[in-house]
Amino acid sequence: MTRATANRITEDLLRPLLQTTWKFYAGVTVLGIMVLIGLSTWAYQMYNGLGVTGDNWPVFWGFHETNFVFWIGISHAGTLISAILRMVNATWRRPVTRCAEAITAFALMIGALFPLIHLGRPWYAWWLFPIPWPLFDSRGLWPNYRSPLTWDFFAINTYLTSSLLFLFLPMIPDFAVIRDRTVGLRRKIYGLLALGWEGTPKQWHRLESAMHIMAIAIIPVAVSVHTIVSFDFSMAMVPMWHSTIFGPYFVAGAIFSGIAALLIAMAILRKVLHIEQYLQPIHFQNLGKLLFTMSLLWGYFVFNERLTTWYGNAPHEIPALTATQSGEYAPLFWTMVFCNFILPFPFLAIRKLRTITGTVIASCGVVVGMWLERYLIIVPSLAHKQLEYSWGTYSPRWPEITIFAGSIAAMVLLYTLFSKFVPIISIWELKVGEHKEIKAAEAVQAAEAAGELV
Amino acid sequence: MKAIYGLYSTPEAAQIAVDKLKTAGLADREITILSSEPLEEYEFGRRDHHTWMSWIAFLGAAIGMTSAYLLTSITQQSWPIQTGGMPIVTNWTNLIVIFELTMLGAVFATVGTLLFTARLPGRQSAIYDPEVSEGKILIGVSNPRQGAISDLERALHEAGRVKVKTIA
Repeated sequence: MTRATANRITEDLLRPLLQTTWKFYAGVTVLGIMVLIGLSTWAYQMYNGLGVTGDNWPVFWGFHETNFVFWIGISHAGTLISAILRMVNATWRRPVTRCAEAITAFALMIGALFPLIHLGRPWYAWWLFPIPWPLFDSRGLWPNYRSPLTWDFFAINTYLTSSLLFLFLPMIPDFAVIRDRTVGLRRKIYGLLALGWEGTPKQWHRLESAMHIMAIAIIPVAVSVHTIVSFDFSMAMVPMWHSTIFGPYFVAGAIFSGIAALLIAMAILRKVLHIEQYLQPIHFQNLGKLLFTMSLLWGYFVFNERLTTWYGNAPHEIPALTATQSGEYAPLFWTMVFCNFILPFPFLAIRKLRTITGTVIASCGVVVGMWLERYLIIVPSLAHKQLEYSWGTYSPRWPEITIFAGSIAAMVLLYTLFSKFVPIISIWELKVGEHKEIKAAEAVQAAEAAGELV
Repeated sequence: MKAIYGLYSTPEAAQIAVDKLKTAGLADREITILSSEPLEEYEFGRRDHHTWMSWIAFLGAAIGMTSAYLLTSITQQSWPIQTGGMPIVTNWTNLIVIFELTMLGAVFATVGTLLFTARLPGRQSAIYDPEVSEGKILIGVSNPRQGAISDLERALHEAGRVKVKTIA
């Protein structure tokens, strides 16, 4: 790689950090206001109690729980995909990984907020925490390790901690680059974040070894997180929930929605930050293929789940099934099938349509479809439990909808701020990729010149 | 003089400089190499490759697993909760917590090893040059012997057109 290429990469990827336009401030202001509205609504809900929401007997898990599962699913975009691509040494991953890992970190933070929001009185959240000394534990009660909610606590925190470290470690060399190119307060801040990085062979080797080991550790953790989220449902004797397929079904759905979110984020980033040169059509093509695979897998799981329930014809399950297939929830169910399967199919299966626009259209459908899927897993089953006298309905009220809108704004705001203060593509990893590509091309040229290739 | 170093544009030139310094009688540990990317295709980029990191990660995992087992089983024995005829210490369900803390132990051990062995956070050494961030490869020697400076300078120049700097 020539010095000019290396410098161009650095300049292009640092430009968004060093130059700020009015559009950034305008965007942050609008998003900030939306987040504030969401937070105020949460405060209103805390003050007045959960009665202001649509949660009521028999459906106590409505929008908040749907959003929790949805955001945890979106979080599977990043660290898991990045870790898998690192493990298989996919060279095209280099511009994609950090965009993806950032989605994981922020989606997990937002997702983990929803159980707190749903608690009604979040100041009692510490009752979930395992505090190991009776001296400090005035509750007289320890967490019940048989509870899926306690498993959630451990799984989400392990995944969040690992994902944040997985995101931060490869940023250290990039912080060193920014440190060397800035002055004043910025230099001090980035200098602190760079931890005194110099770039000795030992530091590079240890960093790459650590990333490799963490990739190995994070893949099973990511799979476990969504399996455990599925246990929140499948461990309960509720119609359509108590199913052995729920673990893999949730994991597949999470990866599906995660890739879709990543594709949308990449499409926006390349336009807004003018990094079209780095996030190229090939990245959308490859992720589009992966999205197509997950769409087929998702369809397979839905078919399996629905067919066995229908064929089993268990009296307590059929009402919940019928409600979604042809009853009151049927419009949502068939919209979900359209968004997750029918709409993406042509855009992802036909090579000519698998363009940036095509994959983004498919991804938008998938994100909407997967939110509906979470809603349809939770609400119809709770509304149609075993005994008919306990049936009911659920309609969200404005606080849930506003808090959900606020969470979307928070995600976009956090991502915007992140891409403003950190290079959204790893500079050093991109350079290594360029370097290796040039080496490979030189090797091919040399082999051709020597007549070894025909 | 505190240090003498050359800034090279290509890894090939940097490799020649390292070889020349070794020929001049310097050991690997006396030669400082800094780059803005890992260059493991070159001999100088493969220094200090031996690491116990994966074994330490296993150890971290073992500590995480043991801690999780103790946390869950001691808690359940100390504050027994009778639940539907299930045993007090529910190892099957505890496995989930044990798995998560095992992996967390491995991750913490890995990151700890990285920070410790790569000396992070640390103070930058005297020989650092911001041009490294711009893609140059720094090859240098800290605290060279007074009599050897001209030899070192010659060795650094032998790798081709290079900017040789000194820190007094």
